[in-house]
Amino acid sequence: MSKAWDGAKLAESIHESIPGVVVDTSGTDIWIDPDSVPDVMRLLRDGDEFRFQLLSSVTAVDYISYFEVVYHLTSLTRNATAVVKSKTGLGRDEARIPSVVDLWRGADLQEREVWDLMGIIFEGHPNHKRIMLWEGFPGHPLRKDFATYEQSIVPEADRRVPTVVSDEIENGQGS
Amino acid sequence: MNSTFLDNSLFRNIYCYLASDSDGCASRGYDTAVLPAGFEWLAFAITAFIIINIVINAGLGAVIVYIWGERRILGRIQNRTGPNRWGPFGMFTSVADAIKTLFKEDIIPDEADRWLFNLAPILMVFPVLMVLAVIPFGVGTFVVDINVGILFVIAVTSISGISVVLASWASGNRISIFSGMRSVAMLISYEIPMALSLIGVLMLAGSMSLGAIVEAQDLPFILVQPLGLFVFLIAAQAETSRTPFDLIEAESELAAGYLNDYSSMKFGIFFLAEFLATIVASMLIVTLFLGGWRGWDPIPSQIWFAGKTVLVLLFIMWMRFSWPRLRVDQILALAWKGLFELTLINIFVTAILIAIWPDPGITELLIMSAINWVVFFISIWLVSKLLRPSDYANPAPQPENPPYPVATDELPDEMAYTGGTTR
Amino acid sequence: MTTQVRTEPITVNLGPQHPSTHGVFRMRVTFDGEEIIDVEPIFGYLHRGSEKLAEERTYVQVVTLTDRMDYVGSMLNNQAYMLAVEKLAGVEPAPRGVWLRMIASELQRIASHLVAVGFLIQDLGAWGTPLIYTMREREKILDLFEMLCGARITNSYLRPGGVFMDAPEEFWPAMNELLDELPPRIDDLDDLLTDNDIIFSRTKGVSILTPEQMIDASITGPMLRAAGVDWDLRHRDPYDYYDQVSFDRPLHTAGDNFARYWVRVQEMRESIKIIRQCEKLIEPGPVRPEHDDVPWLLRPPIGDAYAAIEHSKGELGFYLVSDGSISPYRCHVRAPSLINLTLLRDMLVGELLADMFVSFGSVDINMGEVDR
Repeated sequence: MSKAWDGAKLAESIHESIPGVVVDTSGTDIWIDPDSVPDVMRLLRDGDEFRFQLLSSVTAVDYISYFEVVYHLTSLTRNATAVVKSKTGLGRDEARIPSVVDLWRGADLQEREVWDLMGIIFEGHPNHKRIMLWEGFPGHPLRKDFATYEQSIVPEADRRVPTVVSDEIENGQGS
Repeated sequence: MNSTFLDNSLFRNIYCYLASDSDGCASRGYDTAVLPAGFEWLAFAITAFIIINIVINAGLGAVIVYIWGERRILGRIQNRTGPNRWGPFGMFTSVADAIKTLFKEDIIPDEADRWLFNLAPILMVFPVLMVLAVIPFGVGTFVVDINVGILFVIAVTSISGISVVLASWASGNRISIFSGMRSVAMLISYEIPMALSLIGVLMLAGSMSLGAIVEAQDLPFILVQPLGLFVFLIAAQAETSRTPFDLIEAESELAAGYLNDYSSMKFGIFFLAEFLATIVASMLIVTLFLGGWRGWDPIPSQIWFAGKTVLVLLFIMWMRFSWPRLRVDQILALAWKGLFELTLINIFVTAILIAIWPDPGITELLIMSAINWVVFFISIWLVSKLLRPSDYANPAPQPENPPYPVATDELPDEMAYTGGTTR
Repeated sequence: MTTQVRTEPITVNLGPQHPSTHGVFRMRVTFDGEEIIDVEPIFGYLHRGSEKLAEERTYVQVVTLTDRMDYVGSMLNNQAYMLAVEKLAGVEPAPRGVWLRMIASELQRIASHLVAVGFLIQDLGAWGTPLIYTMREREKILDLFEMLCGARITNSYLRPGGVFMDAPEEFWPAMNELLDELPPRIDDLDDLLTDNDIIFSRTKGVSILTPEQMIDASITGPMLRAAGVDWDLRHRDPYDYYDQVSFDRPLHTAGDNFARYWVRVQEMRESIKIIRQCEKLIEPGPVRPEHDDVPWLLRPPIGDAYAAIEHSKGELGFYLVSDGSISPYRCHVRAPSLINLTLLRDMLVGELLADMFVSFGSVDINMGEVDR
């Protein structure tokens, strides 16, 4: 069984090398300061304690008031996992976070995907272009405030997309 | 009238029926004369027209039947039915396909060089039809038996390589250009082993005429010239660009290579030429190595010839549908490092044997055959030893102390001190 | 005297309409003669916004979206998604349901590897014969899926906590018949292909990737095991009941096209072993928890969960975020097909045009999953 690092322990171990970067912990998750991402990630990859050789996944979640970038790390030799999160774009500012491509090349396409669909800028990414959608596509679709073409052009009264989808489903018509 | 033509029974019958007081005809006992004297040229033209029509149409009919047969056999090999809707056993499927091809829109791309684009398909099919002229299909059933038959065949077939280059260049398509480059490299490389592999046959038969070669095969040359047949079979596969040498068309790499921009009847002509070339190649193999039309009575010689051709075609299909394609460098390596040396060995050994027995009878041929088969197996073994990859199925051993987990049964348990929880 | 031949690079767009790109994938390739000097993959021709669509569907409805991601590995996709949902909602699955979905996903793994191997040989230029031989076995597996859930490709068989219906009685003899039939078929495949000189010489030493490179690029699955890294989530992080079955992890050390092909063929045999063990261990019982415990309209507590399985192509992970409502707030897919393409340029540069699609095929991608 893979073991997941306890958030508090992980924060403690990181603080031994780089003090004050972990903002918050909860369960197995830790939240780090976005500016410290390259340093912390380098420590997590190369530190003797951690050895997270594999970057399983990079993704992002839109929590309306801020964006959260989520890194899932795996250590092949220790058979352990860790979840590192970082809040950015507070107050829906332009969301920026340093890229980890120079640490793990596996972040290459995943960070491009996050930029394309969620609109988070990864500073230092060598090929920071859209991946799924074409250049010039308006907006980033996975954001919660993304308006489709229809939604932005058609007046609200004429829209095909019902705004009360979940009620219908709850009344038993949807499932 | 040239007696070469008059040896052909079909030609003789038509020509002598039409023409009057011709030396050849009179001496052969023909006394009808439809046309007046002085019109021998017209008789010749009409006869030639009829015979060309017969040969070309027979060739095209053979292609239609061959495509149907190949698709049926492909179906059997691939564990499915194959075409079975149109006519008995799906026999009319190819006819339907041919009609469909005719009615397709003929597209010429804007960037194409129109003149060369239209010329290429003609250049492709023309040489293949010309080769049909010299093949003896049976006793007295041939268009013409010229005394440099083999040279003619080799000279004429090399034109089709040019047409592939023309087609790929004229299309103005980058993927087609790859096809053209490959065709130059491959077709020209394989001309050499193909031509050299026939020298053994020439030495044995003492003639370049295909008719004379058939006559000389008291013992089919497959027994006396196994190495020659082996090389010729492979080289013919390559020249007709069939799998495993189909890198000119290479569907999985170049989509369709030089055929990418062709449509309608021009595509049809390329398609036809490709299949006709396969049939002609099998006919040549039958003529040169399997004793041609020779067989036993009472089955007519034409049937023997057709039957042998079908057998060779089946073998070629079997090869085609079983193997993946070779890479360009491997194909060229095979031609220059493998087949070329094999042909030289073959020429050398055959020359020595001919020097010992200048005019071999059946006993001498049998002795030569035994020696040649021994040489065949030894040289094939040697060449394959040089060209084959080494055994590879078993994995190499794991490196020592790699920075990643290698095969172990116990999992690392270094997480105790981290207070980790099971995921 | 040597003469210098001046060559000009030529840039060709291969795809999105090309017979060998396994879907709608486009590569902008620069060639020097036949040699590849630059590759730029261009994605997105099959992007359907599955992750966005998932945000507007209930947790059970999202299953149908996962089917359409990797459409040759639907059962495995369902399994990964269900593990994430169960982890998020804290659902205790029903044992029989778990065994059934293990059987289904191992069958799917065989089917997926058959497709991968068959199309690899097709890319090598064989005239479809080996492909149709592998498809024949896959058809039988799809027949079994039809017995299980009525669908062949887009199964949607799994539900939170198990599967939606029990296997019919006819399923077990039919499956046993297939399992008896498969090993000789795989041996046939081995005879026809693994011992074939042309396949040797075409795939040996082509597009070698070292284990360090691949770990750095997050590449997982058969590609990683073909380079000798013993990393199989079924073994290292056993989900479902994989800790109760025993199986080997076939490893090759070369890391080239042949090794990737070889590992897939061997893994099929291991899957058969696993299915046989599952069949022995399965016991009668409910196939999913009671409706009161796990309603159709699942409302997981606020939080997030990441669950990963060993898909036939690599680590397939689902990252779900719940806001306490009936549909996921965010559903991210860690798609092995997309991530395994990270090193495409490194694999192809320096190889020949002929090996390009072979190397590409040996990654075993599925465009439905790459673009989602």
